[in-house]
Amino acid sequence: MSPLSITSRTLAAALGGYGLGALAAMALAVTLPMARDQAVIIGIMVAFLLCSGAAIWAFSARSAWQAWAGILAPSLLLGGLYLWGLPA
Amino acid sequence: MNKSFRQSMAWLHTWTGLLLGWLLVAIFITGTSAYFREEITLWMQPEVHDSTLQPGTVELAMAALNAKAPDAKSWDINLPGARQTAVELRWQPAKQPENGGRRRGEQMLMDADSGEVVAPRATRGGNFFYRFHFELYGIDRLWARLLVCLATMFMLIAIISGVITHKKIFKDFFTFRPGKGQRSWLDAHNATAVLALPYHFMITYSGLLLFMTLIMPWGIDAAYENDRRAFFSEVFSRGEDSAQPGSPGQMVAVGPLIEQTETRFGKPVERIQLTNPNRDNAQITLRVNRDPAVTDRQRGGDPTQVFQGNTGELIDTRIPANDPVSPGWRIYNFFTSVHMARFADPLTRWLFFLFGVAGSAMTVTGMLLWVSKRTQQLRRDQQPDRALKMVNGLNMASITGLMLAIAAYFLANRLLPVTLAAREDREIQVFFIVWLVSLVHGLLRPNRHGWIEQVAAASLLWLAIPAVNIFTTASHLFTPLAWQHAAIASFDLVCLILAALGGYTLWRLQRKPLPAKARGARAPRRANTASEQPAGESP
Repeated sequence: MSPLSITSRTLAAALGGYGLGALAAMALAVTLPMARDQAVIIGIMVAFLLCSGAAIWAFSARSAWQAWAGILAPSLLLGGLYLWGLPA
Repeated sequence: MNKSFRQSMAWLHTWTGLLLGWLLVAIFITGTSAYFREEITLWMQPEVHDSTLQPGTVELAMAALNAKAPDAKSWDINLPGARQTAVELRWQPAKQPENGGRRRGEQMLMDADSGEVVAPRATRGGNFFYRFHFELYGIDRLWARLLVCLATMFMLIAIISGVITHKKIFKDFFTFRPGKGQRSWLDAHNATAVLALPYHFMITYSGLLLFMTLIMPWGIDAAYENDRRAFFSEVFSRGEDSAQPGSPGQMVAVGPLIEQTETRFGKPVERIQLTNPNRDNAQITLRVNRDPAVTDRQRGGDPTQVFQGNTGELIDTRIPANDPVSPGWRIYNFFTSVHMARFADPLTRWLFFLFGVAGSAMTVTGMLLWVSKRTQQLRRDQQPDRALKMVNGLNMASITGLMLAIAAYFLANRLLPVTLAAREDREIQVFFIVWLVSLVHGLLRPNRHGWIEQVAAASLLWLAIPAVNIFTTASHLFTPLAWQHAAIASFDLVCLILAALGGYTLWRLQRKPLPAKARGARAPRRANTASEQPAGESP
């Protein structure tokens, strides 16, 4: 892996991974059909797993571009889910 | 699984492991000690060792609180149990001092036999290590916690990528090739990792969960419209009675109420709380220890009876099984209470301690492997470069150096004058000075000699602890008192075991490594060259 690729993947893992986790926590907190305290805790528990999963993905993807794409796409999806779930 | 995927995971594992490995070693070792933090604190306060629960202890405790704080908002009496010998008395003063007032109120220790207030030597005890393992020391608490969380996240990634790297995970577990340098460290690293893999995953993942409001609050903000307080009161409400103090009034004797509660639950009462003591609206809350259960609510989970203070009338009975807990919180409670071993009886606690030791060994062998591998890749005429030497020196400071510093902390507890001003801070200073000296030593001698010297020093210090104990306390290994409370004798025994392990390591290190020529002749493949030392140094 070239230094540039490593830097890019590291950023994808750290920033992208955390962003993905945070968006998952937010989306699940407002959309899961259950008491909100339970939706929140489940969201948080899923978020940490996604953060580490994203890091694994970032370093196993074929290219740095693919690493970013694989993290940003589900992030956008979760962001949309969050906006959709917000109380009107 | 294709090969390049495993290779990229090996790369990720190696570098995430090294980057925060030193911090993780310290977190693991101090965190492991935290399973016994109350026992460590007990050991560090020999003044309270000779105290045993008596039938009249509760009355003595009430009298002591009456003398000290008759108009307090609440009293709290913790009776001696398996983990403490003295009676812990807490109270909330009627007037909260402006700022500077402690949220948890005032506290003192009482001898369970005589009812005298005891003032043991000032020490942070086991709490120093407990705090250190998640907020370090001397740096801003918030940043320290964030740094620890970052290390925890790295560890979670290292665990997952480590599992992927080892396709043959169970075969690796049964492979141990001792006395083969790098291979041995690798095998030991694999064995300790696989042996306690569920534990490692649990401890890291739950470590993150425990700090969820610090590092992942966005879900709370989203669902509670940025009102985090609403979340806390919904989830962690302690249901504390905040009734205003009533007019002065008499209270019934507590003795019969205790008997009634103990008959009801079939267990000894461990904790007595009084709100508005000496008032006509006083309430007496009696708790027994709950059965070991890991998923119900963490707070207020003990079987409890509440009595009216002036009449002795039973007004509430709480049994934890009646508390409904939703599945999501059951999972959260499972992880966090297993992390803290809250539910554990002594045997389970020892088991967790051993898992913690395995975790420490896993991080330690990983760091040693990192250096060993690179040392053995050197050509015969090549010296380790500066970076490799530095990693080796830092390894030394983080492993043997920390063990030296912990032993020095315990020795300081016994050897510093009991009445020394700011004594608890001095103990901690000793800890850090010894650690710093070992760091300087490690960086100056990043080679086999350095390791031998530090292991020898650590073994001597750990051996010195039970020995010094004989001359400085009345509860050392040769007294019946130490054996009355398993915790006190066990502490000295663990010191002896650590000293023995150090001695064994020293013996292995001392054996002369084969000269370079013989090494080359015996093992044609350089990677398999036998060598005992964790780091290379030309003989």
